[in-house]
Amino acid sequence: MASLKDLRNRIASVKATQKITKAMQMVAAAKLRRAQEAAEAARPYAERMDRVMANLATGMAGRDDAPKLLAGTGSDQVQLVIVATADRGLCGGFNSSISRLARQHINRLIGEGKDVKILTVGRKGRDLLKRDFASRIVKSYEFTGLRQIGFAQAEDISKTVLDMFEAGEFDVATLFYSKFVNVVSQVPTAQQLIPASLPEGAEGVDLGGAVYEYEPEESEILKELLPRNLSVQIFRALLENVAGEYGAKMSAMDNATRNAGDMIKKLNITYNRSRQAQITKELIEIISGAEAL
Amino acid sequence: MAEKLSFDLVSPERLLLSEQVDMVTVPGSEGDMGIMGGHAPVMATLRPGVIGVVVEGQPERRYFVRGGFAEVTPAGLTVLAEHTVPLSELDAAALAAEIANAEEDVADAKSDEARQRAQEKLDQLKALREAI
Repeated sequence: MASLKDLRNRIASVKATQKITKAMQMVAAAKLRRAQEAAEAARPYAERMDRVMANLATGMAGRDDAPKLLAGTGSDQVQLVIVATADRGLCGGFNSSISRLARQHINRLIGEGKDVKILTVGRKGRDLLKRDFASRIVKSYEFTGLRQIGFAQAEDISKTVLDMFEAGEFDVATLFYSKFVNVVSQVPTAQQLIPASLPEGAEGVDLGGAVYEYEPEESEILKELLPRNLSVQIFRALLENVAGEYGAKMSAMDNATRNAGDMIKKLNITYNRSRQAQITKELIEIISGAEAL
Repeated sequence: MAEKLSFDLVSPERLLLSEQVDMVTVPGSEGDMGIMGGHAPVMATLRPGVIGVVVEGQPERRYFVRGGFAEVTPAGLTVLAEHTVPLSELDAAALAAEIANAEEDVADAKSDEARQRAQEKLDQLKALREAI
């Protein structure tokens, strides 16, 4: 049985922890709002990009001179897996569910005899995958010092990926990130980046019978558009990830705060009981002492 | 001017402009284009340059873009710009930084094609500096 002093210390420490988790929850809520706004602000560009892509790519899809970024290299032997996670922990199962999905995918590819290369974005993803696949990680990105992820970071990553692709270092690239559904639900998702998967549901605009004039040629535009599209897809994934991270952190910290509250309640009851027991014991000792006289 | 043109200027990070205008001049990679309401559908890449937005009775607003795409549909004009600043906020130092950046790209380019493209960008930026 713990002494009264021990119990008092215990209660104080749980209270301190509760204060911290409460503060973290509020910080996450504020950051979540900002992240959601950023994701919303980026949507118009991505939507229009999808539309333009759909317009162009449907025309190019079957042609022999279609760029490699769209048509692929004709092989799928070397696979690049891009795993985007958060830089920080304490956000429930957020990071581990992304890397679990990625790990399953990687193991399946290895089982099929494919060559797998991994690029990680975010510190946690690297830490989680390092244990099993350290030799396969070709590059890692971290944005720990950054207040907010901007398009420049996404461009940075896509440039690396493109350089690797042009150097023939891989055939197929898949991106793993967490889709932000709402504050309490984030779904780990895999998206194929190269060869570009056409956006679903994005239909070409009805031109009323008219035909687009291209300036310069269609294939030239596509050549510029595809790398841009890659950056946009990565940027979108990063933004969704940030929003998802804070959503997950908010609910994780909310849970922690509630648990700490329960624990304080239980400890308080134990504390009061043992204090009462001690008082009773002392009384009995005094009374029985007096009776003995 | 009869027909208004609905014009959207979007950057990856946000929607910068969305309004009814009379004319927009766009720095297409094969020459500047003036686009008014009822223009035929066009899709074009942009070179680094200046977008001019004209609304009758107002002074022309000008924006610097680093590149991007313009799409004209019957519904209007959409410019997907890579990086945009109002021209009034673009000073010599920022432009110099852009040029330095482009020079770096030329030096970094791995294939001939990439180098050529980077070189074109650099030349266009230099031309722009002369023009301002």
